[in-house]
Amino acid sequence: MRHLELLPPWAALIVALFVVIGATLTVLGGIGLLRLKSFYQRLHAPTLGYSYGTLLIILASMLMFTLLEGRLVLHELMVGIFIMATTPITLLMLGRAALRRDRDTKLGHDETVPPRPDAQESPPEMPRDLTGYGEGVVDTGLLSHGDPEPERRRGD
Amino acid sequence: MSRAIPHPVLSLALVLMWLVLTSFSLGNLVLGTVIALIAGWSVEHLHPPKPKFRRWLAIPRLFLIVALDILRSNLAVARVLVLGPNHPAYHSGFVELTLQLREPNAIAMLAIILTATPGTAWIEFERESGRLLLHVLDLRSEDDWQALIRDRYEALLMEIFE
Repeated sequence: MRHLELLPPWAALIVALFVVIGATLTVLGGIGLLRLKSFYQRLHAPTLGYSYGTLLIILASMLMFTLLEGRLVLHELMVGIFIMATTPITLLMLGRAALRRDRDTKLGHDETVPPRPDAQESPPEMPRDLTGYGEGVVDTGLLSHGDPEPERRRGD
Repeated sequence: MSRAIPHPVLSLALVLMWLVLTSFSLGNLVLGTVIALIAGWSVEHLHPPKPKFRRWLAIPRLFLIVALDILRSNLAVARVLVLGPNHPAYHSGFVELTLQLREPNAIAMLAIILTATPGTAWIEFERESGRLLLHVLDLRSEDDWQALIRDRYEALLMEIFE
């Protein structure tokens, strides 16, 4: 907090606001990762921290050190660009791996997924109607509700 | 472009990155340029599909639209996460749509955009048919995803890349 005291009040307010909102988004994403139920839903949660969570914290950091050091500090932009370029690849790979697993009956389903499209069967101009897929959630999440575990621990 | 500088955009971006990360001086400019040229030559040996930027002006427009959309969906997904996983106000599911885009770099851009947007996840894409499988966290029947992606992103990406 020493740094904030050296800043003019308006800048300190903006920096604090950006950091708090960015951190809140990131925490929400983390909580979502625990609470959401299927793997595909969980894919959405960390993007909160990865998009505006990162952006706001980067902006706050840039503003603060630009004002403190009296020169333009742009190092944080690199953090943003690298995160922007690498995170989607991880999420894409995870999504594809999950789809492959869920289509393979031997490996067990996490969720009912749309089957592989048959190249001959339907013309590609007509997207298939996928209502009903992705609703039969089997996975109950890491923080499953009504878990007897915490009560047992309290009894000890 | 030429044999000496096979990837001018990439090399220029690398020089800028080098200068930002170190400090703006002549020595660093020379060193950064050498590194950027070597990186350009090594990328050339990987034979990636070279991006051809047709209309530069559309890039800031696309950037703005994406930034606004990501902000909006951040708020929407934050609301869903606050509501909790069992709330009946939303349900998630898969959506299938077809893309007209064929340029590999443009498709990669679209994949990054859709993945970066909270609430949509790019799951599978078949290049031959242009079929794309998306997972949407807050799926509403009144939303036309095909039209949304075609008008909002695909048209601009086509303008830039094709």
